[in-house]
Amino acid sequence: MAPWPVLTTITFLPLIGALLILLFVRGDEQKRSVVLAQQIALWTSLLTFVVSLTILHYFDASQSGFQLTEKHVWIPSFNIAYYKGIDGISIWFVLISTLLTPICVLSAIGGVHKRTKEFMIALLTLETMMIGMFTALDFVLFYLFFEGVLIPMFLIIGVWGGAGRIYAAYKFFLYTFLGSVLMLVAIFAMVYHVGTTDMTAMMGNKFPKDMAIWLWLAFFASFAVKTPMWPFHTWLPYAHVEAPTAGSVILAAVLLKMGGYGLIRISIQMLPTASAYFAPLVFTLSLIAIVYTSLVALVQTDMKKLIAYSSVAHMGFVTLGIFSMNQQGLDGAMLVMISHAFVSGALFLCVGVVYDRLHTREIARYSNMADNMPRYALVFMIFTLASIGLPGTSGFVGEFLSLQGAYLANSWLAFVGGLGVILGAAYMLWLYRRLFYGPDVKDDVRLLPDLNAREYCMFVPLIVLVFWLGVHPATFINVFAPTTDKILADYHQAAGSERTP
Amino acid sequence: MSQPLYMAAVFFPLLGAFIAGLFGRKIGDRGSQIVTCGGVLVAAALSIKIFVDVALHGEIHAFTLAPWIQSGTFTVNWGLQFDTLTAVMLIVVNGVSSMVHVYSVGYMGHDKSIPRFMSYLSLFTFFMLMLVTSDNLLQMFFGWEGVGLASYLLINFWYEKESANNAAIKAFLVNRVGDFGFALGIFGCFLIFGSVQFADMFHKAPDLANLSFLFLGHTLPALTTVCLLLFIGAMGKSAQLGLHTWLPDAMEGPTPVSALIHAATMVTAGVFMVARLSPMFEYAPMALMVVTLVGALTAIVAGSIGLTQFDIKRVIAYSTMSQLGYMFFAAGVSAYSAAIFHLMTHAFFKALLFLGAGSVIHAFSGEQDMRKMGGIWRKIPITYAYMWIGSLALAGIGLDGVFGMAGFYSKDMILESAAASSHWFGHLAYWLGVIVAFMTAFYSWRLLILTFHGRPRADAHTMEHVHESPWIMLGPLVPLAIGAIFAGWYADDWFVGAARSNFWNGSIFVLAQDNTIDKAHFIPEWEKWLPMGFALPGIIFAYVFYTLKPDLPGKVAKACGGLYRLVYHKYYFDELYDFLFVRMASRLGRIFWVGGDDGIIDGYGPNGVAALTGRIAKYIGALQTGYVYHYAFAMVIGVAAFVTWFWFRS
Repeated sequence: MAPWPVLTTITFLPLIGALLILLFVRGDEQKRSVVLAQQIALWTSLLTFVVSLTILHYFDASQSGFQLTEKHVWIPSFNIAYYKGIDGISIWFVLISTLLTPICVLSAIGGVHKRTKEFMIALLTLETMMIGMFTALDFVLFYLFFEGVLIPMFLIIGVWGGAGRIYAAYKFFLYTFLGSVLMLVAIFAMVYHVGTTDMTAMMGNKFPKDMAIWLWLAFFASFAVKTPMWPFHTWLPYAHVEAPTAGSVILAAVLLKMGGYGLIRISIQMLPTASAYFAPLVFTLSLIAIVYTSLVALVQTDMKKLIAYSSVAHMGFVTLGIFSMNQQGLDGAMLVMISHAFVSGALFLCVGVVYDRLHTREIARYSNMADNMPRYALVFMIFTLASIGLPGTSGFVGEFLSLQGAYLANSWLAFVGGLGVILGAAYMLWLYRRLFYGPDVKDDVRLLPDLNAREYCMFVPLIVLVFWLGVHPATFINVFAPTTDKILADYHQAAGSERTP
Repeated sequence: MSQPLYMAAVFFPLLGAFIAGLFGRKIGDRGSQIVTCGGVLVAAALSIKIFVDVALHGEIHAFTLAPWIQSGTFTVNWGLQFDTLTAVMLIVVNGVSSMVHVYSVGYMGHDKSIPRFMSYLSLFTFFMLMLVTSDNLLQMFFGWEGVGLASYLLINFWYEKESANNAAIKAFLVNRVGDFGFALGIFGCFLIFGSVQFADMFHKAPDLANLSFLFLGHTLPALTTVCLLLFIGAMGKSAQLGLHTWLPDAMEGPTPVSALIHAATMVTAGVFMVARLSPMFEYAPMALMVVTLVGALTAIVAGSIGLTQFDIKRVIAYSTMSQLGYMFFAAGVSAYSAAIFHLMTHAFFKALLFLGAGSVIHAFSGEQDMRKMGGIWRKIPITYAYMWIGSLALAGIGLDGVFGMAGFYSKDMILESAAASSHWFGHLAYWLGVIVAFMTAFYSWRLLILTFHGRPRADAHTMEHVHESPWIMLGPLVPLAIGAIFAGWYADDWFVGAARSNFWNGSIFVLAQDNTIDKAHFIPEWEKWLPMGFALPGIIFAYVFYTLKPDLPGKVAKACGGLYRLVYHKYYFDELYDFLFVRMASRLGRIFWVGGDDGIIDGYGPNGVAALTGRIAKYIGALQTGYVYHYAFAMVIGVAAFVTWFWFRS
């Protein structure tokens, strides 16, 4: 146990930074105030990251339950509490959030040139919402933060986005909001049934089968949009294309994981029988997502759209792994999510690097950059390889384990899913070839400068993590394995099914 | 020898690659060359010592370095294992690699990216070493995909060349198709063995010979299925028929790369895999049949294409593919040790041929078309001699009981084992193999004659510049030439002779009834002589076609018409695949994107809803304002309404 409320601290530290900016930064467009806002945001987010590392120290990795819990009565008449805690699963999403926010601030320092102060406020508020969501153990708290994430993200796309930002923001909002409404109804029903808003009280098999099925569908509407699963994914390419780099990074690295996290935390843990019932549906959608979006990624002409579609395909491995309902599948899904946070985050940062320089995402505008930007080419290559799951990089371990799990569930799943691994190599290498190789050299591209120090600071930590996770994934697996093991044991007991290795 | 030295033989090349790759600019071209060559030369020296300890003195070493993946009962460590099979591969990999490194110092001397090239070469070597020293399937897969990456990077080394870009992507993707099979095989192995460690798998294999399992909705024999899935991986890496189309295109890479990766080492990984997994394949006779047939067909198809090509490197590439076919059908008839024997001898003479071809290309200022060569054998006599040695070894020339070039011993053993097989497919492989022996000799001497003899067909300017390569390039060929001459004669007894059971020391497993190498002693005498009886006429035919009657090839080509075009165009595999996969994938992608996402999903989803709300909004007011705070406000109102409703209900 931590001697101090560490989860509350890291949840609200970024918000304090946002308040500081709001209070002390005067004058919007002067250079001095811009720099001040950037500095406050950077140091707050770095401090949050450092503090968040202490949870690794306090967390007992051999235990499966919730730890570092904080519980305070909030609204006694409804049995609502301020209840926070983390287990081996949510701890990683918290750490991903705190790691990527300072990286996004660094990216925004180079990429956001209007209303910097407000942007930093939005980014820090977003961080609070994300951490709050991943650490919430009370449904009211969970819902508040889950929806709270939407607002700063919506603003980031709608205010700082590109030319089509209004359509993109509207689409993003419409999709996710529709899902949320259904989720809210389901939460009400569950709370009414159990008599408390305590999420831990709802785990196990607490709901009659008929009810569980409706509840599952309601939650699925929300999570399938967030993940996103086919055919609820069409908001993602637009949101990514229009969002500023930092927004895309957070969106890909953290926000998409809210879907996977919800599927594990709520669908599997609270509605096991319904999850078993709907597993074939999830499998089907996952396989379609993997093949369909990989093929679509192949023909994209916009860098960000291509990477956005690749995200949908990668999330297909996550849902495939989760619903395989075995250790390899679930562990694999977790690793794909963690790896995807690093890799897709980094790939969007990579796009940002040239977008900041040439202000276009059109792949055909670039060529032969390996010549004048060799360091950038190396960095981009590392993340390309991680994205296509080369063994030794982070992408491999998760993809392999989730497909191994899927194979144990049904060999068809691994067979069709495996096609995605081939297609993944195709669209990523084709992208890389068009950007970095080739005979035609364009004059303005040839003059682009290589990575600067600020950009190095964004990439180096992610490169280290990509190889760390690829070569020694035990660091990650050992922390969540007791939890995934317990989740599966509970699941199979509730669903009355037999557990395979 | 202690563990650190064993590890050094594997990790020194990685160290070299790392230093040259990241600090190439600091240490300069010369520094990069020294670091990488040094790393690999030390590793090669250590490999010889390891070979002596392990293969000759019967030591077996295994080290677990660190845990890699552990999930439930799925456990894999980073581990190194040194048995005889590995020790042989270490000699081949580090031996050829070190020579290619040194050769590259000269060959790539004027390139603008020397550190990058040397770094890639060393990186390749490291991955290859991880592949052959692995004690489990997954680490083998690590090396497997790693060498694929290095191959991609090296084919694409001159990245301004569009043809190189395309060849590199093609190589990676075709290999990915193979790796897809490999990965499914690993999944299947974990299902049936509960482990992907070789020791566990081999231990359980005999008991599981009759096991069936459900695969893609069919009940299939388990061992045969996983063996075939793994073999798809081998087919990709070793360019066997169906997954071979990348290898000829891979010749876009610099010639030292072709010698090291696309002739001597990486492409033989598939053969190594089948030999390594012999304790599984032996219990999967159907899988062995497929291996034999694929190998034999590849040998003859590639051999026939080799007869018609004019690019000097592509001829050698098709020759490589054809020789790999030999190795596979040897493995298919359970003569794994003969397959590895040929792998080893082939590494010597094929690397020699490729590097010799590099020297020729160097002499002709970059020309690769044999139609524009000729008449230079006096000007570059040393290269000429090397090419002769390589060709003699490749054609397997020798006299039984007296002396033969390297290929003579290994190829004869393969063909004799196939003849001794008790299965029909063994005999088929023998006959196809004999015909391939003729083809091999024919295209080898066709290459020699077109390249070196006749009247010079290059322009005067090029001819003036024809020169012998410097010693930094010719020197490294000396060990390879020695290997191409003596390796077969010297190692015959270890690999396939009386000493072989001590030599292999259990690293290759053959069921007693499949012991074709033993049985090969008892085949009829004429079956032993037949390969040579086909090879020598091959040489004579080539002499007649390209020296005595130079107008004959054209006439024959015309007479054969359609058949010639079919072979010359490589049986139209590329065109077929382009139509079936490349175009289909992009067409489907476009359909899904424009028709699926934008048309159906968005059309009936968000945009449809938007249009609908828009219409409704016209009548009932401006709900659809597009302002954030309006939405947020509506949301809060909604939540409030729900809460109120709930309040009153309870």
